[in-house]
Amino acid sequence: MNVASVSPRWHTLVATVENKPGVLARVAGLFSRRGFNIHSLAVAPTDDERFSRITFTVDIEGTPLDQVVKQLDKLINVVDISELDPAHSVERELMLITVEIGESRKELMEIVDDYRAYVLSEGDERLMMSWSARPARLDELEERLRPFGIVELQRTGRVALPSLDN
Amino acid sequence: MSTNPTNGGEALVKSLEHEGVEVMFGLPGGAILPVYDPIIDSSIRHVLVRHEQGAGHMAEGYAHATGKPGVCMVTSGPAATNVVTPLADAMLDSVPMVCITGQVPLAAIGSDAFQECDTTGITMAVTKHNFLVTDPQDIPRIIHEAFHIATTGRPGPVLVDIPKDIVDPVNPRSAMTWYEPDSVPMELPGYHPQTAGDPTLIAEAAELISHAERPVLYIGGGILKARAAEALLELAELLQIPVVTTLMARGAFPDSHALCLGMPGMHGNYTAVTAMQRADLLVSLGARFDDRVTGRLDGFAPEAKIIHVDIDPAELGKVRQYNVGIQGDCKVVIEGLVEATKRLGPGAQADRSAWRSTISGWQEKFPLTYEQSLPGDKLKPQFVMEQLRDGNPVDTILCSGVGQHQMHASQFWRFEHPYTWINSGGLGTMGFSIPAAIGAKAGMPDRRVWAVDGDGNFQMTAQELVTATVEDIPIKVALFNNSYLGMVRQWQEMFYDERFSEVHLSDHVPDYVKWAESMGAVGIRVESPEEVAPAIARANEIDDRSVVVEFVTDARENVFPMVPAGATNSEVVVDPSQQHLLDEARGVS
Repeated sequence: MNVASVSPRWHTLVATVENKPGVLARVAGLFSRRGFNIHSLAVAPTDDERFSRITFTVDIEGTPLDQVVKQLDKLINVVDISELDPAHSVERELMLITVEIGESRKELMEIVDDYRAYVLSEGDERLMMSWSARPARLDELEERLRPFGIVELQRTGRVALPSLDN
Repeated sequence: MSTNPTNGGEALVKSLEHEGVEVMFGLPGGAILPVYDPIIDSSIRHVLVRHEQGAGHMAEGYAHATGKPGVCMVTSGPAATNVVTPLADAMLDSVPMVCITGQVPLAAIGSDAFQECDTTGITMAVTKHNFLVTDPQDIPRIIHEAFHIATTGRPGPVLVDIPKDIVDPVNPRSAMTWYEPDSVPMELPGYHPQTAGDPTLIAEAAELISHAERPVLYIGGGILKARAAEALLELAELLQIPVVTTLMARGAFPDSHALCLGMPGMHGNYTAVTAMQRADLLVSLGARFDDRVTGRLDGFAPEAKIIHVDIDPAELGKVRQYNVGIQGDCKVVIEGLVEATKRLGPGAQADRSAWRSTISGWQEKFPLTYEQSLPGDKLKPQFVMEQLRDGNPVDTILCSGVGQHQMHASQFWRFEHPYTWINSGGLGTMGFSIPAAIGAKAGMPDRRVWAVDGDGNFQMTAQELVTATVEDIPIKVALFNNSYLGMVRQWQEMFYDERFSEVHLSDHVPDYVKWAESMGAVGIRVESPEEVAPAIARANEIDDRSVVVEFVTDARENVFPMVPAGATNSEVVVDPSQQHLLDEARGVS
């Protein structure tokens, strides 16, 4: 089980930043100088090309996190930053995974069907699929597939938006 | 420069002129060469330094003294790395500064070209912001943005890195069409410094203050940056609340004022340290609860509620949780506090007579003191500092290096006016004093500028006295020569069982008088107490050259009071001659 989904120390931050060279380094620098690790990171331009949206998850306790958020907000290139409350936000992550088919193709295809994963490529011995879901569900699928033998795996890191419930 | 620029180099110089730059400090080299050509025809005075670190500290000294942004310009690679220390210094002390660095041509960036370094990468953590310019057409706008960022909000250093090809008129890539820097909108969508404090919070703060029986106004360097000294005086007098001024705020409130308690912190005086420690309310104005002020944090001002006012929202609650935290410009917020206090009426304030008499009792019992030298002893540094103070007018600008002489200066000088004290507080940069003094004098040529320095400091940046001579910016240096890295020696004496490791410089070399003379300054050596005042007077009579007065001081002399590292401020150690009084007082309580 991936701890990212359960530990209270994990926080999801979303930042709107200028879409310019060096901005990611400035943001990352405020974590690295404190010895904090960025667990996952997703960056892409928003609907307005001048800006990018960064979603990152970090493993930091509350007080230092507040401090980092305030200092990130001070960066000239950061337009807006906030922490997303998991109870009031929607998170998704995409995973690409290649597994060994081995002896039990039928069992594997049952899992693919169960999770409604997409088969992207199929060889004699290996199967590549993609699936997007809540990060905790990706953890689950990953564990189900592990016994078959994971050849390669790439997760995008989570992206998130506030939910519309209030 | 009469015609409109047609290339990046001319546009850069003209943009600096447009920003009102009168003086800049720098040293040319390969990548910045094209910019130095239009400098010849510019109205800007360029001061040629001997080391790029000097250019950075001069820009800082200029900014401290004048309130205007300091400007320095250097080339790429080693020159850029040499200004990293002043940038970090300006970052920690919130000094408005713009630094222009040359860079290798755009196409060569990242190729390990001659004198190439990743300047924006290296300086990212020591600047408020930095720019790598890639299009000459952007130069006027980016220069305007750099000055805007450096001087607004919490001030700080901004670096602009400029590749050679976009400023070199022989290169077609440098072509641009001139426009005035402030004629186009700035492109800073993420930068909106907030100056007005929340009126509800200001009213809440005024209310909290009115109930306090043992309040202290805790004044930091932000008061000076906000140019709020007058507003502070009005607030303090209206409320009759005692004031402590941190190392960065000396001069923000007159030392001679009855409410002034002087400097708190590790080497603060007993009353300032203890008043904060016993307070029931600290009103922090432009201060940041630095570890040198708080001592061990979990024992700092244990009964005090906190009102924290700062223009930088990241300071609020960073170190100490506040009861009322107000983001805003100190001057604006203080004026709001004055109004809110007046609305509460004169009868609203708690009775503070007991607090005032307690404080007077401490002041009488534990003044700053030291033992005078015995015949045959070397000079006492505190005595020299007092003589220096008494031999100069109160509007003298005093610059300092870092160490024992810095603490003695802050303790024994009499600060009556804002912007008369310039030192490296946050970063603690040895060698700051001489270049900072030159920068201050360049900005304030009619004022007397003294640099106090230690012998360890002096040997780091003394070569800038050559700059002072050649550029005709005469300063005066009071060199406290005890042959040691004195503050480190003090710690080894007190905390390392007097095991002195690598702190003894030399009793014989260098010969500071000869060194001063070789740089075009007057050198004077003083070894006995009766020579001190006349030497200072002689130095003050010389206006056409710099003067270095070397005071040969007693290395055994330490800085007291002192809060030992790791101790709480309640454990402050006072001068050995007063310690028995303190022990008695502590025994009683």
